[in-house]
Amino acid sequence: MSSVKTLKINGKDVSARTDDTILQVIREHDIFLPTLCHIEGLSAVGACRLCLVEINGSSKLRSACVTQVEEGMEVVTDNERLQKYRRMILEMLFVEGNHVCAVCVANGYCELQWLAERLGVDHTRLIYLHPDKHVDASHYRYAIDHNRCILCARCVRVCGEIEGAHTWDVAGRGINAHVVTDLNTSWDSSPTCTECGKCVQVCPTGALFKKSRAIGEMAKDNHFLPYLKTMREVNKNDR
Amino acid sequence: MDREEFEEIAQRSRDEAAAFAVHVNICTSSGCVASGCEHVKKQAEAEVQSRGLQHTCRINGVGCQGLCGSGPIVSVQPDNVLYHKVKPDDVADILDHVGQASVPHLELRQDSPFFERQQRVVLANAGKIDPEEIETAMAAGAYGALLKVTTEMMPPEVCKVITDSGLRGRGGAGYPTGLKWGTVAKATNSTKFVVCNGDEGDPGAFMDRSIMESDPHRVLEGMAIAGYAVGASEGFVYVRAEYALAIKRLKRAIHQAEKRGLLGKNIFGSTFSFSIELRLGAGAFVCGEETALMASIEGRRGNPRPRPPFPSESGLWGHPTLINNVETFANVAPIITNGSAWFANIGTETSKGTKVFALSGKVNRVGLIEVPMGISLREIVMEIGGGIPNGNQFKAVQTGGPSGGCIPADYLDTPVDYESLRKLGSIMGSGGMVVMDDTSSMVSVAHYFMAFNMDESCGKCIPCRVGTIQMVELLKRFTAQRATHDDLVLLEELCDMVSQTSLCGLGQSAPNPVISTLRYFRDEYLRCIAPVTESA
Repeated sequence: MSSVKTLKINGKDVSARTDDTILQVIREHDIFLPTLCHIEGLSAVGACRLCLVEINGSSKLRSACVTQVEEGMEVVTDNERLQKYRRMILEMLFVEGNHVCAVCVANGYCELQWLAERLGVDHTRLIYLHPDKHVDASHYRYAIDHNRCILCARCVRVCGEIEGAHTWDVAGRGINAHVVTDLNTSWDSSPTCTECGKCVQVCPTGALFKKSRAIGEMAKDNHFLPYLKTMREVNKNDR
Repeated sequence: MDREEFEEIAQRSRDEAAAFAVHVNICTSSGCVASGCEHVKKQAEAEVQSRGLQHTCRINGVGCQGLCGSGPIVSVQPDNVLYHKVKPDDVADILDHVGQASVPHLELRQDSPFFERQQRVVLANAGKIDPEEIETAMAAGAYGALLKVTTEMMPPEVCKVITDSGLRGRGGAGYPTGLKWGTVAKATNSTKFVVCNGDEGDPGAFMDRSIMESDPHRVLEGMAIAGYAVGASEGFVYVRAEYALAIKRLKRAIHQAEKRGLLGKNIFGSTFSFSIELRLGAGAFVCGEETALMASIEGRRGNPRPRPPFPSESGLWGHPTLINNVETFANVAPIITNGSAWFANIGTETSKGTKVFALSGKVNRVGLIEVPMGISLREIVMEIGGGIPNGNQFKAVQTGGPSGGCIPADYLDTPVDYESLRKLGSIMGSGGMVVMDDTSSMVSVAHYFMAFNMDESCGKCIPCRVGTIQMVELLKRFTAQRATHDDLVLLEELCDMVSQTSLCGLGQSAPNPVISTLRYFRDEYLRCIAPVTESA
């Protein structure tokens, strides 16, 4: 079987490895496609629905992060319909939490904020839910502000897949879903947390943050992820 | 167990039954339990004892006989008389009339369309056998189809019979069952699984529950045949924990089948081994979605994941998995026994066989019915259901539960098949059928189902998590008569966006109740828009 495929993205011919996802190819060719739950190095879950693309003119949308390339595939990453859906998704994220950029620790370093700017989301017609959410600042180094959490579950995955601690998980369902440490106990009492801080580095918003840092120091640093993933795979192959 | 022993047990059970001149069959399914059938059964047993009839009259606990709305239902054989709304005090009366004219005020006439228009394939043994005694099921032919496939047929032949029968998935989407079986059978992996989806959760739906309660062996037999056909040796029945009676009977049925060697190692002396495990759902509707269901069986949070890969390629713990609904499995044994041509003869061109519906709402006869595909909605509602009570007018019938839609009076003559219902913006669904009359507000109906979907969203993907609550909030404005035209525009945009972008079937079909009521009852929405007041 051939180990490479050729396909078209936005009318342009590109090549890809058989096991590549559409998103990998898109990123390789510097085509802009918004994502919030995806992060290179962690398993893909297709939850944020921002990377939905049209394939072969079908009206059924597929998320690029979990869809494997196929020979002769024709992918459209951007059109009016997709833009409209993406803007609505961002609007939904803004109204379900309490996102106030002006007083947020991640102001200027927030992926949600960047995408909203980039996609032109400057107001919403949706109904603000103003939920009553809490902050867990019990840990001496880190804190979580659930008001800013968008449930991308990156923290859950990095903790389980990279650090191997599985401190984080999701509890509740629907609009009441939220991330919890261990069995929904306070962060400082977690016996599994190794305080590695990876969850803070992968968080796309200001939900997870380091305490006592000025806003200018809030730039996220997650360059380590692809290396850790590679190391993990090398280890697996050695065994 | 071999063929001789199998037939001997069945014959012995038949002989035992024949030794009694009179059989009083009392329904012991959930509907009748709720209306007190257990007291009736106790009273009947005591009465038979006190009259010294214990050697001539047998009291049997049986499965659902339909008409759940007027339970407890009792039938007397060989008189072939059916009684309804039986109270413990009525038992003496009933026994007095055995072999004579029936008790007039209790009798349920069987020449009514409710019974005459039905065709029982899946429910053939429901109401006839004791679901807690495997011998009575065997006497009625249970496990005969399993004997046939393991001793006379090769797995590809079994797949072919199912394909030729035209059976389609009874869980709602109508995927061709034979195609699914063939796909799993062709996978070269050595470990495969069979899963039975009994996580029925649509409001107003109780078909699968009744099947599992009335004839659990038919479901187990269907799974074992599927296991043989696709090359799986392990199966899981996933049932929601709320179905206590169904769980109890399935457990008992699995235990009895294992004891008799009808499940387990080397079934009927063949090389085929198959075991079945019961797994309980913890009350999440989304676990009826196949990928969420499998995550739940694996012991993880019941969240759906994107497909592909489909379960037939990568299912439980990454192995190819065949997943079918309870009713689909219940159709398997009769198809094997009677042949694919017999089954393909029932129904329409594209939808074969029968379908079990749970008829409820504003209709005179509420209950469980099994009808051939292609029957019209009018026949179901007006004839079998006996029309609308209190002289009210029929308005709509809701099919497919929270993923389905409402079909108005203009389309009552539509034949019930997968394609026709889809064309009308609804779906066959698993078989819930809720009738509404002219006193029902369709906006409230849409609000009810949307609120249901909101509560049952798992929260993994944003369109479903937030979209459903936004739609519920908008619908609240409509039911409060203070909506605006902008609200209607936004509602329609959300319908489109949520259905197009959600991750799993729950979210993709969540707006259907709104879309279909907007399609047929738009004027009701418009009447909920508050008049614009000119302010100075």
